[in-house]
Amino acid sequence: MGLAFDEMRGHDGKAVRPAYGELDRWLKEVPADVLDYRRREAELIFRRIGITFAVYGEADATERLIPFDVIPRIMSGGEWRQLEKGLTQRVNALNMFIKDIYSGREVLRAGVVPEDMIFRNPAFRPEMNGQSVPHDIYVHIAGIDIIRVDADTFYVLEDNARTPSGVSYMLENREIMMRLFPELFSRHRIAPVENYPDELLASLKSVAPLSTPKEPNVVLLTPGVYNSAYYEHSFLADKLGVELVEGRDLFVKDEVVYMRTTQGPQRVDVIYRRVDDDFIDPLAFRPDSILGVPGLMSAYTAGNVTLANAVGTGIADDKAIYSFMPEIVKFYLGEEPLLKNVPTWRCREAEHLTYVLDHLPELVVKEVHGSGGYGMLIGPSASKIAIEQFRAKLKAAPDNFIAQPTLALSTSPTCVESGVAPRHVDLRPFVLTGRKGVRIVPGGLTRVALKEGSLVVNSSQGGGTKDTWVLDG
Amino acid sequence: MLSRTADNLFWLSRYVERAEYLARILDATQRLSALPLAYVGTGNEWESAVLTAGCAGPFFKQYETATEENVTDFLAFSPANPSSIRNCFEMARGNARAVRTALTGEMWDAINGTWLELKRFGNGPSSREETSRFLRWVQESSLRYDGSAYRTMLRSDAYWFSRLGVYMERADNTARILDVKYHLLLPEHERVGGPLDYFQWAAILRSVSALTAYHWVYRESLKPWLVADLLILKEEMPRSLASCYEAIVRNLDAIGSTYGRQGAAQRHARGIRTRLQNSKMDGIFQRGLHEFIGEFITENNRLGVNITEQFLQ
Amino acid sequence: MRIRIAHTTTYTYDAPPKSVTQVLRLTPRNHDGQYVLNWRIDLSRDSQLHQREGAFGNISHVFTAEGPFNELTVSVEGEVDTQDTSGVIRGTVERFPPALYLRDTQLTEADAAIIAFAEGIRAEAGADRLTVLHALLTALNEGFAFDTEPTHVGTTAAEAFKLKRGVCQDGTHVFIAAARHLGIPARYVGGHYCRTDEAAPQEAGHAWAEAYIDKLGWVGFDPTHGLSPTEAHVRVAVGLDYLGAAPVRGSRVGGGNETMSVAVKVTPATWQAQGGSWQTQSQK
Repeated sequence: MGLAFDEMRGHDGKAVRPAYGELDRWLKEVPADVLDYRRREAELIFRRIGITFAVYGEADATERLIPFDVIPRIMSGGEWRQLEKGLTQRVNALNMFIKDIYSGREVLRAGVVPEDMIFRNPAFRPEMNGQSVPHDIYVHIAGIDIIRVDADTFYVLEDNARTPSGVSYMLENREIMMRLFPELFSRHRIAPVENYPDELLASLKSVAPLSTPKEPNVVLLTPGVYNSAYYEHSFLADKLGVELVEGRDLFVKDEVVYMRTTQGPQRVDVIYRRVDDDFIDPLAFRPDSILGVPGLMSAYTAGNVTLANAVGTGIADDKAIYSFMPEIVKFYLGEEPLLKNVPTWRCREAEHLTYVLDHLPELVVKEVHGSGGYGMLIGPSASKIAIEQFRAKLKAAPDNFIAQPTLALSTSPTCVESGVAPRHVDLRPFVLTGRKGVRIVPGGLTRVALKEGSLVVNSSQGGGTKDTWVLDG
Repeated sequence: MLSRTADNLFWLSRYVERAEYLARILDATQRLSALPLAYVGTGNEWESAVLTAGCAGPFFKQYETATEENVTDFLAFSPANPSSIRNCFEMARGNARAVRTALTGEMWDAINGTWLELKRFGNGPSSREETSRFLRWVQESSLRYDGSAYRTMLRSDAYWFSRLGVYMERADNTARILDVKYHLLLPEHERVGGPLDYFQWAAILRSVSALTAYHWVYRESLKPWLVADLLILKEEMPRSLASCYEAIVRNLDAIGSTYGRQGAAQRHARGIRTRLQNSKMDGIFQRGLHEFIGEFITENNRLGVNITEQFLQ
Repeated sequence: MRIRIAHTTTYTYDAPPKSVTQVLRLTPRNHDGQYVLNWRIDLSRDSQLHQREGAFGNISHVFTAEGPFNELTVSVEGEVDTQDTSGVIRGTVERFPPALYLRDTQLTEADAAIIAFAEGIRAEAGADRLTVLHALLTALNEGFAFDTEPTHVGTTAAEAFKLKRGVCQDGTHVFIAAARHLGIPARYVGGHYCRTDEAAPQEAGHAWAEAYIDKLGWVGFDPTHGLSPTEAHVRVAVGLDYLGAAPVRGSRVGGGNETMSVAVKVTPATWQAQGGSWQTQSQK
């Protein structure tokens, strides 16, 4: 892997790119102890307001803080507009693809995507077949993970079309930056992100069932306090001004969903659900789920409630399907994809598998249905033993894996022990789709790999976050 | 509002109130047991503390006799006691976390801060001094939470349910003390025992933080029947049954008028309050103090069920 | 053959539940081998039954009964005319291409033992799918003992195969797991089997498998009886496994422990003109 593109200094490391000019000057002015002091202050604020997440597999760490880096990641207005177009195109294609998969299945007939990749995919939900959803929108909230390799090239690393999380960090990070660094703010013109909750609520209301009275009742369904993203759920419910409900707060009668309130049952029209498909209705999916609402699917298929995102959207963000996205975009929109896909080898295909097995030390290998950076191999940084162990896993079930080249994620200046140094970053913008089309709040969640040289930005693997500034104009 | 939210708010307040009550019992017992035997008789004060805390069952499953050490540990820190102070704060915080959006920032800070500080005490205080410090801290934490709720919450159903929890728990606690100690409070001619009881009466008053209040209300030396009067019938005394029920009825009425509907809970609470208002200590002693308290506890529990059925599920 | 089906499921509760919600897949549809003459579902509690078509083309009903009550009865009664089609099923409602039925589910995942078993059969029977499936059917019928004791509704194919015993559901799951492993689309059928040898009420419905063979279409295989379905089989619902075709999936709020008893009566029927009502007989 060559030298990575630095967001501040480009490839050659000499000239500071224009968007970072002010930041560069400021970094030179600000004394190291001030930066350090603010950094600790930020951590204190996060701890006090309780922005935590849970890490699976760590017994005593049920609530942990995601490290926050006080140096913002900056994009110019031009860069953002380029990205915005690509994201809009991508999410439109995702919605069209899902609609097709659950109705005419033209894309299979045309041979663009192999049939068995859909039908044998656990994320495909037969229950959604022939089911129409308001305004043909399935993915109301998408989190598209973007990486950058040079000044003009953005790659989509992953589409998250189920229940993407992280938007609370986008909002809180901005809030904290404004509190701690007002002087740095005043030196920039930064596009706001705080209208995200309003945009989200408007999108959710716009997809209420057609039979709904004028003012739809929207709720946010959470798996509960033990979920790793519970903080975000309560944060968003608060910002949206909607009830934060758990499965047991809802019930279904005569194909209508109600919530239990102190004044008796109240009808629910739109559920922004942060509970996975498998768990939302024990009568339709996993019978042992206690997080869901028995009979919810009956109300859903009757068209009496909207779920956002729709059931079965996982079929579009599966990592194996991901590799077909460029063809999918072309098939539905007749356009060239504006955002590139990372070249991907599908290990289910014999030729690809051979290549991957021969090049393991150079590649990143991921589980098709995995997420959160669990169960993946990063060839260049893995030990020989780890590679051999992974080789065995891969051979045993090649269908479960895809492989990608190790990409040089761009770096961005970051506060570390020794001062300020470049660290690898990615970006997750949040794409909202409602009746009136796609809306993207300028910015997103920048994740940063805090360990030197590390390419893994997932919070569950020690990654941190940054505020993301999109400059106006 | 969501029934579960109301339920969480109700129990959040109950647990905080309960923690404070347990701290007061421990505090009062510690003082009592520090006196020379000649002043307090030979009864086991620590056993009595376990009874007033209402956890004799789980306690005696674990221990044969009650000692200062094991009772303090059991009531304050034991994970085996579902109602230990530590567990009360754990559960209070769990409820708070589930309804964060219904709390004000100050309330969340108060309860979350308490929970974080709790860790400082590790597995419990190791000396008398530390125990005293711990108990004072518990009372202060409870005051902080209660104060933050009182000063920052919007006066809406969320507030009323949270207050209901406080007063339901408080009424239950005061009644529990009376239930265990009633024999010390009988009128002169019925009483056995003697002047040794003075410190017991003082301890009872202390466990409901009413020792000073007593003197202000009666301007007399401690008389057991007046202690009973203060704890049961005096509306001006914040931990009396009468005062709790004045507040319960007021909060239930506020809910009822906002929702435009009265139900079984409101009717039942008014019934209990009316009975307290119409009672005199003479009559209560005539019919039997213990029976009166027993009935009250039953009725108070029934109101709890009514509230749950009407609003919380 | 005219078959009369009557079954009653009774739920009794320790404490009265607040509400009970159930999804029922109890209603057969017509196809070339069967015609539903009449059919009705009755609930002991007043509640609306909402009819829908499920993912696999099954007719499903959903209801919520509001408590309190101590007992809930779901009764089904009806008559179906059947014909023997040599196990070949035509004219059914199909919502998916056969390829869908290659999907693994938790209940039908093939483990190493089932894989070895399936591959062993194929090695002996050769390339012809129908021959392979019949060999599979025979092997399962002979090597799998009917036993209601060791398994339950959540038993997986792998668990049942290890025990070599179970009820019709278990044998069917093993059959499906093996067939799918061999690349043959297979599915679960829930229904009824009309026994002509006795009239005693049964405690459950019946289950068997269907596998897809090019040119023939869907063909039924009943591992419990070791044969393809005959006119004695009434198809009610299909799915990827038991869960997808389950006659009842329910949930309740409150109610303590629940006791369920099922009485199923599946008998040949004759029409008695004078009486104007259906009469049943125990022997044909």
